[in-house]
Amino acid sequence: MPDLEDLYREIILDHYRNPRNRGELDTPPAVRAEGFNPLCGDEVIVYVRLANGVIDDIKVGGQGCSISQASASMMSATVIGRTTEELHRLNHAFKTMMSIEPDPDDPPPANGNGADIKLGDLEALKGVVKFPVRIKCATLSWHTLTQALEEAQATA
Amino acid sequence: MALDPASIRADFPIMCRQVHGHRLVYLDSAATSQKPKPVIDALTDYYERYNSNVHRGSYQLAVEATEALEAARAKVAAFIGASRDAEVVFAKNATEAINLVARTWGRANLGPGDPVVITELEHHANIVPWHMLTAELGIELRWIPIDANGHLDLTDLDRLLDGARLVSVAAVSNVLGTINPIRQLADAAHRAGALMMVDASQYTPHLSTDVGEMGADFVAFTGHKMCGPTGIGVLWAKSELLEAMPPFLGGGEMILNVTKEGFSTAAVPWKFEAGTPPIAEAVGLGAAVDYLNGLGMEQIREHEVALTGYALRTLNQRYGDDITIHGPTEPAERGGVLSFEYKGIHPHDVAQVLDRSGVCVRAGHHCAKPLMRVLGCAATSRASMYVYNDESDVDALADALADADAFFIE
Repeated sequence: MPDLEDLYREIILDHYRNPRNRGELDTPPAVRAEGFNPLCGDEVIVYVRLANGVIDDIKVGGQGCSISQASASMMSATVIGRTTEELHRLNHAFKTMMSIEPDPDDPPPANGNGADIKLGDLEALKGVVKFPVRIKCATLSWHTLTQALEEAQATA
Repeated sequence: MALDPASIRADFPIMCRQVHGHRLVYLDSAATSQKPKPVIDALTDYYERYNSNVHRGSYQLAVEATEALEAARAKVAAFIGASRDAEVVFAKNATEAINLVARTWGRANLGPGDPVVITELEHHANIVPWHMLTAELGIELRWIPIDANGHLDLTDLDRLLDGARLVSVAAVSNVLGTINPIRQLADAAHRAGALMMVDASQYTPHLSTDVGEMGADFVAFTGHKMCGPTGIGVLWAKSELLEAMPPFLGGGEMILNVTKEGFSTAAVPWKFEAGTPPIAEAVGLGAAVDYLNGLGMEQIREHEVALTGYALRTLNQRYGDDITIHGPTEPAERGGVLSFEYKGIHPHDVAQVLDRSGVCVRAGHHCAKPLMRVLGCAATSRASMYVYNDESDVDALADALADADAFFIE
């Protein structure tokens, strides 16, 4: 069995104990999306506000295990201030790292699969791959963000 | 004579295996039980010696397979105190058995505004089929609440049962362990003119079952939680109800005659068993019934009450206010299912840490999301015990729990 230390890296536990960008945003102008992991009841709520194609602000709510909540916190800290195009690449890079099969409905970015993009703190979640059951916990917030952005683009 | 878990463990081949370098401490029997050798042998024996389709062939193998299937039905009928073997309908699991009642009896007998009464502690299997009928027929779903100890709160029962057509209740909660007053509810349901259905999935493996004493009209349970294989469950219902109910799935096995114009149904129980049934699984369930009878259901219950008492004492003494165990505090009022929260650490993380020591517990909402909402939590960790568990398993759980502190408690 891989070491639990690979899963519960200090930086992950720090995000879990001290979640960044916790809260809500007014909707509108922000959009809100909810994600559930039916397996274990994890719940992530993402509020995101776009301005000129840039993620102007993001807040995260919900409850769940350390991996789901830390991943949501790390995601919020990483994506704030990014363009939606950068986000698209980041999303692909993250899911590649998490060994998620590419979604045929969501082709990789034209300028590469995002593998060149720096994931920074998110790299700490790499150890989750050794615990396959927990991958869904780590990717829940990213799926929810994608959902929120789709909503934002639909209502724009 | 009291059960001897050490010798019982020798009957379960899986208990020999190691997990992450530790002996297997299996505390997830409420999800599925492990299987004793006689059950595994019954499956192998069926496939190696007399595999053939039932109720069709005139050759020796088919005769043996049909006899074995029907013998399993008779064993199950005797195990639950059914007055006739034909009252035992084989289904895939308890979920299918409950859906069978909703789809056949429910569709034939319920209409807009007809109340169906369930409780806050139901498994999704006894919630969603009724939500589906709410959407389809406009039935009214009513909920019996629970009190702070995890018992049903029956103070408002008369009002809840007023006009009710069906009351459907778990005999034992798969989250809280609460043993519900089924006979009392059945009598109240009948006085109100309603039928009574019991989800006995967490009951039949652990307590001596008598459908007549329960006062039920329908009883659903699954085989794989009572030492049987997966893929086999049971609906028991009174003969006159089964006779009157329309068929469930259509196909082979369930017919008497088929013409271009239509069909007529086979006699019960086969009317509800379309297609080739899970023959090996039924035979395996029969072997599981023999195995449990060999141990003695009264002895199993005694063992579990004692072990539950030990677990409650051990965890409470060791962890005090750091642990919250949901459900009734008296072992005699509950089954061996302990849902707990530890130091605010998320159950998924608790289960992950326990796994490192070979301790298997379930984490999550246990297919009871409405109950989780009532309890005010999104998930719990759940340790559930059975015939092969003993105090050493409880001790292993208690020891491994402290390991979570290293990661989550600053």
